[in-house]
Amino acid sequence: MSRRLATTLAGLAGVAAVAVALEATIRAGWISPLIIAPPSSFARAFAKLWAEGFVVQPFLLTIGQAFAATAAAALVGIPWGFWLWRRPELGRAYEPWIGAAFAAPTILLFPLFLVIFGRGYATTIFVGFLAAVIPVVLKTREAFLGVPRVLLAVGRSFHLSEAALVRRIAFPAAVPAIFTGLRLGLIYALVNIIGMEFLIDFGGLGRIVSEMYFRYEIPAMYAAILLIVAVSWLFLAALARLETWLRPR
Amino acid sequence: MAETTLTPLSRGVAAGRGVSTLRIRALTLVAILAAWELLARSGLLYEDVVPPLEKVAVAFVHLLLSAETYRHLGVTAWEVLTGFAIGFAAGVAFGVPVGAQRFFGAAVQPYVDGFATAPKIIFLPIVMLAFGTGIGSKVALAALSAFFPVAINTAAGVRQIDPVFVRVGRSFRLTPLQMMFRIYLPAMRRSLVTSMRLGFGLAVIGCLLAEIKFSNAGLGHLAIEHYNNFRVPDLYAVLILVFVLAVGANTLMARMMPRH
Repeated sequence: MSRRLATTLAGLAGVAAVAVALEATIRAGWISPLIIAPPSSFARAFAKLWAEGFVVQPFLLTIGQAFAATAAAALVGIPWGFWLWRRPELGRAYEPWIGAAFAAPTILLFPLFLVIFGRGYATTIFVGFLAAVIPVVLKTREAFLGVPRVLLAVGRSFHLSEAALVRRIAFPAAVPAIFTGLRLGLIYALVNIIGMEFLIDFGGLGRIVSEMYFRYEIPAMYAAILLIVAVSWLFLAALARLETWLRPR
Repeated sequence: MAETTLTPLSRGVAAGRGVSTLRIRALTLVAILAAWELLARSGLLYEDVVPPLEKVAVAFVHLLLSAETYRHLGVTAWEVLTGFAIGFAAGVAFGVPVGAQRFFGAAVQPYVDGFATAPKIIFLPIVMLAFGTGIGSKVALAALSAFFPVAINTAAGVRQIDPVFVRVGRSFRLTPLQMMFRIYLPAMRRSLVTSMRLGFGLAVIGCLLAEIKFSNAGLGHLAIEHYNNFRVPDLYAVLILVFVLAVGANTLMARMMPRH
């Protein structure tokens, strides 16, 4: 048995053990099923969410917004990061600010965006954009800074113009690292958009959780939360795999 | 000596660079503030959506002078610090075995990754069912938010410990608790400080978002009250205060970083 299979099975066995323990505790009456829904009710709750159209459509809505936000972040962030590399004095001046913005609790500004954009897709996508654009800028600048000097020297020795040097050498060499920025950006956008949807009861997957809570349908609420956890994990894993597959060997 | 001749030179270069960096930053700040003020006075947006700077400044001074602010600040500080302490302790306690036991680490990884990536705020309904809609649910959400980055970063820190230390501990037949406090934790001080910064930042976000969504006290509550009554300059003032406090705490923790 391969190591990978063994750890996967052990993980699943652990999850099953936790589920059985929870089920037993709830049946024994130690925890109210109104606080933690018994795991045995999840399948039916999920089927109900599916039947009522609370799975596929919200999922598409949420990832659609995440991709839109990431596309906007790419359009703004890649040229911005490139510019910070071309003008090193600007790069030095702004890099710590952008780093600080990365750590800053930007999502807390959302009431302001509600004031400015109203309660709609403009707000959710803008929050996703803000979360995505910072890693894209930082990674793009890093990507160009990481282009081997030898490659640029070869280009210069062939008397390439500055524009050709960027287009033929620097940019192709920077693409893999730029993609890392886009991958991070997409994940941040997705997570922040789901959070926003929950906070403002609007849009896709996040809204479902809040709606099930207000309807007091506890098993369905748990099913929706687990769906979001699963989607987050799938995105993380799929994008990491895509990146290794795309990266030149 | 090479060092003494080099030092003044490099310092001169750094100072020269510092001036131009400073100038760029100052110009940028002035440009942003001027653009803000122009936008505010242009009448392009609804009144007060982008309030003039002077109104925001007045609102900020009012905020700092009001006793009510400090009551809300006290509630939020209590929620964040308690939640962070719980989440940090639990994250370290979970992260050390995940990092030290390869098999256990590999088995739990996909689940940790999934929960760590998902936005923590969606767990708010669960913690409200369990701990009520008051302070307890905010503490729980802050703890949950801090737990994952601390656990992941601790596990990574443990994997980087020189195996010689661990073997020394084993050869002295230390108990698991002794291993934790005598070997693992001292060997990973730097990664613990990083964990604190990451965990604290997320605890602040988790707690404030929970307050904004559902609460009757705290800075998040204050912000959403201003929003609901369309007191936009006051809303800006509260958010500025939150940002200043969060960034200040982060800087303070960065200073704690051991030098080696």
